[in-house]
Amino acid sequence: MAAEPWQVAEIPGPVKAFVIQKPAVVLGMMKKAKRSILVAGHLSLQRLKEGTALDYALEIARAGGADVVATAHIIGEAKKRGYENVYSMSAMEIAGRLQDPEWKGLDGKGRYDLALFIGLPYYMAWTILSGLKHRATHLKTISIDRYYQPHATWSFPNLTDGAWEESLKAVRDLLRGAQR
Amino acid sequence: MQNVRIKVDKVQTPSIQFSNLEISLGRIIEEEWEEKIGPTPFPTVTDLRSWDHKLLQRYKPVYLPYCDVCCLCTMGKCDLTAGKRGACGLDIWAQQSRIVLLACCIGAATHVGHARHLVEYLIERFGRDAPIDIGSKVGVEIEAPVTRLVCGVRPKKIGDLEEVLSYLEREIVQLLAATHTGQEGDNIDFESKVFHAGMIDHVGLEVADIAQISALGYPKADPDAPLVELGMGTIDSTKPMVLVIGHNVPPAAHIIDYLQDHGLMGKVEVAGICCTAHDLTRYNPKAKIVGPLSWQLRFIRSGVPDVIVVDEQCIRTDVLKEAQSIKAPVIATTAKDCQGLPDLTREDANEIVKKIVEGEVPGALILKPEKAGEVAARVAMLIAPKRMKYKVIPDVSAVIEWGKRCAQCKDTPCRRACPNDLPIPEAMDAAEKGDISKFALLYDLCIGCGRCEHACTNSAPIHSLIVASAQKQIREEKFYVRAGRGAIQDVEIRRVGGPIVLGEIPGVIALVGCSNYPASGVEVAQIAEEFAKRRYIVVTSGCSAMSIGMYRDEEGKTIYETFPGSFDAGGVTNVGSCVANAHIAGAAIKIASIFARRNLRANYEEIADYIHNRVGAVGIAWGAMSQKAAAIASGFWRLGVPVIVGPHGSKYRRMLLGRRDRDEDWVVYDARTGERVYAGPCPEHLFYAAETKEEAMVMAARLVMRANDTAKGRAIKLSHYIDLHKKFYGTLPDDLHLFVRSESDLSVTIRDEVMKILKDKGWKERPIPDPTLLPRLVRKEA
Repeated sequence: MAAEPWQVAEIPGPVKAFVIQKPAVVLGMMKKAKRSILVAGHLSLQRLKEGTALDYALEIARAGGADVVATAHIIGEAKKRGYENVYSMSAMEIAGRLQDPEWKGLDGKGRYDLALFIGLPYYMAWTILSGLKHRATHLKTISIDRYYQPHATWSFPNLTDGAWEESLKAVRDLLRGAQR
Repeated sequence: MQNVRIKVDKVQTPSIQFSNLEISLGRIIEEEWEEKIGPTPFPTVTDLRSWDHKLLQRYKPVYLPYCDVCCLCTMGKCDLTAGKRGACGLDIWAQQSRIVLLACCIGAATHVGHARHLVEYLIERFGRDAPIDIGSKVGVEIEAPVTRLVCGVRPKKIGDLEEVLSYLEREIVQLLAATHTGQEGDNIDFESKVFHAGMIDHVGLEVADIAQISALGYPKADPDAPLVELGMGTIDSTKPMVLVIGHNVPPAAHIIDYLQDHGLMGKVEVAGICCTAHDLTRYNPKAKIVGPLSWQLRFIRSGVPDVIVVDEQCIRTDVLKEAQSIKAPVIATTAKDCQGLPDLTREDANEIVKKIVEGEVPGALILKPEKAGEVAARVAMLIAPKRMKYKVIPDVSAVIEWGKRCAQCKDTPCRRACPNDLPIPEAMDAAEKGDISKFALLYDLCIGCGRCEHACTNSAPIHSLIVASAQKQIREEKFYVRAGRGAIQDVEIRRVGGPIVLGEIPGVIALVGCSNYPASGVEVAQIAEEFAKRRYIVVTSGCSAMSIGMYRDEEGKTIYETFPGSFDAGGVTNVGSCVANAHIAGAAIKIASIFARRNLRANYEEIADYIHNRVGAVGIAWGAMSQKAAAIASGFWRLGVPVIVGPHGSKYRRMLLGRRDRDEDWVVYDARTGERVYAGPCPEHLFYAAETKEEAMVMAARLVMRANDTAKGRAIKLSHYIDLHKKFYGTLPDDLHLFVRSESDLSVTIRDEVMKILKDKGWKERPIPDPTLLPRLVRKEA
């Protein structure tokens, strides 16, 4: 599908996200970043063929060395998956923190310069990414959700469930490959 | 006394000589009231600015712009992306706050406009001297806590409210003016004005509700207000039926009057949607409530209403078109919503009835409530046999037929038009195969906006297909809601004030607002039930109060049948319609006045400081949709009361979030010593959108904590916070070190487990202050 907002009336403005055509974009961004963070919303518990979106998200974070914020009530689910750098914080709270260039990160070791998003309600991710686009000029954002998010710096286009899973898998595998 | 003008043309005596003397007195402050007048009677836009800035220093706006541009003047559109300024010089932060102010002005103007309309109607009907009485028989002595607090006056008669309304209208004009191009340029000052709009809104709510309670015989602070029928399944479709929609009750009340006067009660069904329904059942509990505002399309299309009477607010603006599709006339009754109908106000009722019944007009604008009531009742009876309940909800076979005709568009425009991203294409696909169950599942999740239909390339009546597939659910939609009780009694405040302030009642959870839910309205009921079982005080109003009723527990009972209507631990208290939200603010204010004996009169800042630091109240507007909801929320913000909204609330464009990681933000004065002490992030946020109901519940349990909690109170609050966190998140909270001040803040059952964690985090014991943000309230200088 084309790179159009998923909810058709959501017209962003002059600056719109680049579309991720190849998973290597995510790899390149994560490699370039000094510190990255992945924000996973409750919809990432959605079951795909070979796992949940959260499974893929955590594998991507692990392979890319990103901290993870599990929003809403999914921290228990995220912790079950055994990745250490998982923190519980709400979507609004992490949105506020990421807007602040002085914030030193979840572990106090320094600010993030890349944030990946997955699993938030579309309109909530929309408003959060918009706030970051305007305020967090120190931060690049990537939406690896199923739907195009024009307020991100980079975003997947609108995808079918199958294509989304393939894309997540491809990003994960590339990052794992880069680790070796 | 107000607006006194003395004019003397000429006086000539041996010692005095003058001409054209004119003396004008704005108002004379009542002196018979023993309570000393406080510092801010009838405050202007800037009188409470310093208080606002204190709150906004703690709860800074976190912006969530909806789009990157401003298009409010002809110099635009202006691209405000990432710090660019528009042609007027405004940046995107101030622009967002400006839009919030605009929304709150709209909300406040709507409530105040409604209040003005009501008060004028009641004065015309009952006279200026009609007494204000919202529960004198049960000892409600503080009849208007919000008005007393803000304005410093004590209205005794309905006519006294005119002065208050004039003040409110003046302030709204000033606030609205500030949104014009080339006025305010600072985002924080915009936010201060937002708070002012909210405070003005609360007074407007109170004026409207105390006027109608006093004059129209509603329940007066009655915790045992009757249970009234709720749901589409309660409506007897064999009878002529009048549907009322909106918020301004007089026309609906006159329908009841007409039916009673003519011995027709019981022969005609009268039921409402949205807040008019609440107020109608407060007027007469034999009337019924169809459901919240999202029930409009589904019920109109069912064909059951024979006449639709609209007044104001939250009415579908295409109501006439929808009504015409079922051959039902519409009677519009206020200048705010004329629906393009001919103004027949001055015509004889017989003539109007004839014109409508014979189809000469599709309805009428009738601006006299009494006449509108008579016409509606008579038209319903005459037109019902002609209409034969003509409906546009199709049969199940048509659902399957539409499934077969569905183009299965690759880009799924129906789903992409849906605010809740409902899987309509999958439901269509299943329908094609003869399975309507997937459509039926959408019924509870649908907010009834109808956007899917406008997006459909086949013009399929998708909302109607959902409703058609859910006929079993609709037949079983038979519930109860307790009629709006109005104010909280002074004696109830005396009973619970201490336990609330000390923290022994863990909190007051106010479930309020519209029905733009992210999923089913049942979520609101589940939230209410969770907190009522935990013996919080649950209060509710508006569409949320209806949604709470549309749920049955394992024993088949609605929440209102299970929990008492008292303002007490474990109670579920429906105060009434939107305007009755004033009683929720009023209860918090009365705690400061009755329990703590703080002066109320024009003493806003001190009372807000008290509430903010001591009264563990949190609002949850899970389906907040409107500008009115924004205004109501902002009134609570100025009182220092946090509000949680559902995920759609992120579209309000900014949150007000605290930062727990900045200790300096949580320093208060200890009023006993004057020392500046850290009191913890209590409450942590002022305006907050939660992603899921589970998050909302855990956050509410966190936000009821106050700096003043006693150890026993904090222990109770923490127990619930920890328990809810474990229940919904599956883990212990990782922030307990912020809320535990000493070991005695922890109940013995969890003390060892938590203390171990706290010690690992380097936690240190700290004192419990007598907290205030206002240095002038320090009793002894440091």
